Parts: sequence; C-alpha cells; structure tokens
Amino acid sequence: MNFPMDGGILAVLVAGFLFGYFLEVSGLGSPRKLTAQFTLRDWTVFKVMFTAIVVAATGLWLFDVVGMLRLDALKIPTPFFWAMAVGGALLGAGMAIGGYCPGTSVVGLFTGRLDALFFMVGMLIGTMVFAESFDALQGFYLAAQGPKGLTLAGLTGLPSWLILVLLAALAEAGFRLGAWFEHRRGGMISATELSK
Amino acid sequence: MNDRQAREFWPPLAAGIGLGLTLMGMFLMTGHGLGANGFFTRLVVWLGDMAHPAWVDANAYLKPYLSKGHPLNEWISWEIAGVSMGALVGSLTARRFQWKIERGAHMGMGTRLALALGGGVLTGFGAPLARGCTSGLGLSGGATLAVAAFVFLISFFAAGLLLSALTRRVWQ
Repeated sequence: MNFPMDGGILAVLVAGFLFGYFLEVSGLGSPRKLTAQFTLRDWTVFKVMFTAIVVAATGLWLFDVVGMLRLDALKIPTPFFWAMAVGGALLGAGMAIGGYCPGTSVVGLFTGRLDALFFMVGMLIGTMVFAESFDALQGFYLAAQGPKGLTLAGLTGLPSWLILVLLAALAEAGFRLGAWFEHRRGGMISATELSK
Repeated sequence: MNDRQAREFWPPLAAGIGLGLTLMGMFLMTGHGLGANGFFTRLVVWLGDMAHPAWVDANAYLKPYLSKGHPLNEWISWEIAGVSMGALVGSLTARRFQWKIERGAHMGMGTRLALALGGGVLTGFGAPLARGCTSGLGLSGGATLAVAAFVFLISFFAAGLLLSALTRRVWQ
C-alpha cells in the first residue's frame, strides 16, 4: 500500500464521525470542562490532545520507516511566527472566555448546548472583521516566515524518533502534574456533575 | 428528572488514543489532518456571497474561496457533518445529550451568551490569522511535528491560563 491515498467523501465522513465521537466521550463538548483546563482543575484538554498528537505522530513515523508512506506528501504547515503566536493567543482567550474552540463548538451544539450557537455566530463575525482588516494586516500576516514545512526535527537537528520520545515524556509529565492538581481540586469534572 | 443516569466520560488516555488513531487514519487516507475552522470561513463566504456578493468579490481574503463553489464541494463540510453525527451518537447513546445553556454556577444567562459571542469573535478573528485552529493547526500540525503547531499551542495555553485568571470567577 502507498499512503497517503486520495480518499473520498466517505473516508472524510468516517474520520469526522470518529473525531466528534472521541471529543464527546472525553467530555470536550462541555465549556465547563474546557475552561477548567485553564483554571488547572481538569486537564482533559491537555491529556486528550497530547495523547492524540503522540499516537498519530508515532504512527505516521512508523508508516514512513517501513516505506508505506511518503511523509513529505503530507500537509505540514509552514511557520509564520507572529501570526500564529497571536492567533493562538486569541484562540486561547476565546476558549477561556467563550468556552469553546471551532471544533468543540460543533460538538457542544450537537450535545444540546445552545450557547455553542452564540459562539458560532461570534466566529462568523470575527472572521468577517478579519477579512475586512486583511489588507491592513498583510505585513503582520506574513512576518517572520520560517522554512516551508519546518518540523521540530528540522529545527533542532535531532532525529524524529528522539523528538517522539521527548514528546511522550512531556505528555507523561503533563498527566502526572494534571493528576496532582485534579486530586487537590476534587477530581475531573464528571458527566454526572454536568448533567445536574 | 431523568431516572436514568448519564454514563461517565471515557478516561482521557483512551479517548486520546482513539483520536490519535483517527487523526493518523485521516492523514493516510487524504494526506491532510482534521480541521474545523475552515468550515466557518466557507460559511462566511457562502452567506456573504448570498447577502452581499460585491463585498466578498472585493475582499482579498475571501475572494479566492469563491472559485471553489458551494461549501458541499469541500471536504471540510463533510468532515463537520461527520463530527456533528459523532457527537450526537456519542451523547445520545450514553444519555449525556441535554438541551441547555451551559454556564458557571454564578453566571447569569445573559452573561453566558455574551461571553460565548465575545469568545467566538476572538476565535473567528484569530483562527484565520493563525492559518488554522486548535484542530487544524494545533492537533493536525502537531501530528506532523510541525514547528508551526507548537508555536500555536504554546501561545494558546499561555493566553488561556492568563485570561483564566480574570474569567475563572464566572466559570467556576
């Protein structure tokens, strides 16, 4: 088999379904749970995201090692330092204030949370404001561009397997630190608590 | 009200492994990862083109999307349809589906909706600026070990922690 394949709508629909399902079963459709990451009471956001990154990155690396995947054929984002740092900060602020990010707002709405609709309307307004300011933002949007598709291995000169080991160690440290905070604050936010 | 209790959430490790395998599968099948915000950009273009086509046509950011036609021609729309169904099936089968406006214990209804709208505006501005969102850039870029993803994620968590010092009282 040669990956990546040119999968059609069905592949995308199935992957989307599983994406929504795994976000829902971990409780990431709940704005109370999502905002609790930033108060350090509930570390589900960090745990789920970091586990997924380590699992997917390791799997893709293995497919590449055995020669079944061309990693360079995958979409790897190019860094634009300032736009991505400020954009990331705006999404962090957006989640701390509004309780969602774009993907989790969809999960929120389809688990019955009507506040997610207001978040979505806000997103449409925000994107219109961005589009309207696009010309003025050009310099900032393109500032500090890094090498095309720069990876951590490319940046540091370390082999990919070592980067993966370090990321897994970071995830493990996050799980431990998270468990310590959660223990002090009465545990993760449960489905029972949210359904009251 | 409901005598049948909501089932508990999965442990984050198990859900994270499932999500990671899904993300890997998406890359293998399509060459790109999962996303979300791109759908809302398409929605702005689509609604804008119906309400005020001249505005979209004159806008340097939105105009390139016009050539792609209807949002249903785009993979991201089908992915979001899948996300919606997955969330619905997950919550219904575990009795977690509940119509509500979720808010902090000491948060009024109006405050909650204003915060949702305001947070949405920041997000709608920030995601196209960053060229991706938590899933499209953070999660999917992270799976390719892209530097861009980690710049985004570090900034995302740092800003969330800082802002939360102000908003934690209304949420908790």
